[in-house]
Amino acid sequence: MKSLRLFFVGGLMSYRALFNWLSPWIFVPTFLVAPLFQILLFAYIGRAAGLESDRFYVIGNGLQYVSLPCVFAMGNAITGERWQQTLGAILATPARRLPLFLGRALPVIGNGVLVTAFALAAGSVLLGVHVPASAIPALALVIVVSAFACTGLGLAMGAVGLRVREVAVLSNIVFGVLLVFCGVNVPLSSLPGWMSTTAEGLPLTHGIAAARQVADGAGLRSVAGLLAGEAVVGIAYGVAGYWLLRYMEWQSRRLATLQTA
Amino acid sequence: MRTLRLLAFGWALHVKMLSRSAFNGALGVIWPLFFATTAFFMFRSGGGRDTLVYASLGASVMGIWSATSVAASSALQRERWQGTLELLVGTPVHFAVVLLPITIAMSTIGVYSLAATLLWGRYLFGIHLHFVHPWLFALAVPTAILSIGMLGFLLSVTVVRYRTAWALGNAIEYPVWLVCGFLVPLALLPSWVRPIAWILAPTWGIRGIREAALGGHALADTAICLGIGVGYAAAGVLLAETILRSARERASLSLT
Repeated sequence: MKSLRLFFVGGLMSYRALFNWLSPWIFVPTFLVAPLFQILLFAYIGRAAGLESDRFYVIGNGLQYVSLPCVFAMGNAITGERWQQTLGAILATPARRLPLFLGRALPVIGNGVLVTAFALAAGSVLLGVHVPASAIPALALVIVVSAFACTGLGLAMGAVGLRVREVAVLSNIVFGVLLVFCGVNVPLSSLPGWMSTTAEGLPLTHGIAAARQVADGAGLRSVAGLLAGEAVVGIAYGVAGYWLLRYMEWQSRRLATLQTA
Repeated sequence: MRTLRLLAFGWALHVKMLSRSAFNGALGVIWPLFFATTAFFMFRSGGGRDTLVYASLGASVMGIWSATSVAASSALQRERWQGTLELLVGTPVHFAVVLLPITIAMSTIGVYSLAATLLWGRYLFGIHLHFVHPWLFALAVPTAILSIGMLGFLLSVTVVRYRTAWALGNAIEYPVWLVCGFLVPLALLPSWVRPIAWILAPTWGIRGIREAALGGHALADTAICLGIGVGYAAAGVLLAETILRSARERASLSLT
């Protein structure tokens, strides 16, 4: 019961306290305006290049934007403790670490889903992209799984933030890597082999492919493999992130570097 | 003469300071490269060689705007947090002479990105540029930097009352890339967008750079770019006067 309370209540409180981007003055320009213009930018580049349809870019960029709230927020929800001088107090508590850290992931996933749903809906309206209503439940599931996978990566970023000071720079670079590698704007078949192979191990690659198929009318059953692949990638990053957090915590205690990174 | 000396020293000092920041340095170069790389792949897969050259020049200027938009929009807020805003406002010279070199230094940092993008395109994507008018190119690049810096100056004084102006700077990064025709010809955009593009100096800056590199009337575009930039600076000076008078009357200069 205590762990459940820590997971839900503690996670939400930490998220609200540490992720200051929830203010409407930051949320609207960063999470609502920017993804829309990213979609428009690449849709128009796509038209100029004569590469793919608008639908390709709306889905690719709309889904890719789930990585911004997930990677940044998860990083902030952990490294923010250090900036607030509360990291030592948090790590001195006897609370179980799994609900303590994973509880912070739940609101992050919720926010990521919201941001992507808005980007997809607004992008589709602006560019006149039609997605059948019957595809929406499956699309929603794809978004949730992709948000989960990106949050796993965000957890790993948060762990790195216990050692590295410039987490914002790192998170921006991760966002850029996902943009280039995951088939967001360029079909994986058009990328060099080593890039498409790398993409298989990154969040979003399978999610975006699944979303495109679903929007084209495919059923959940036919994208189950892609969804499972996305979930496995997310679990792998989440587990790696959790163990990295424990390792960094242990290292910080051993070297007395908790507040000094 | 004293004003010119102050502008030059202020610019040099802030270029040095910004060059030592990991955020403005590494990320300023790497961030536009992600977008340039994506655009290069898109144009290579879909278009021909000419479009790649077009994209390479456009992508190289994207970094100048990226280096300016976020940093300039939060320039005054940063001075406020550091407790130096009152000192800068209290100096005997006009505040614009203090702020203008800061925002021009920000756009100057974009030169790293411009060079990196051209080299990235050259060595990874085989995009060879043959400059038709090298001297005009050498004139068009600093003019574009200067004008974008002046746009940053106007932006910084416009959003001074907005506490989280960096978020606004972030949000206007893509629109300017799109509307100013860095990677997309203006002819492809809806007709109502074009008047907006015409009043933005980066539109004429990139046109001047492209025409200097590929052939065309680069001098006219560069002159328009500079003219619009000077217009931004004049508007910024007037706005700064009004905002400072209001801040003094309300004693709200240091309020965050």
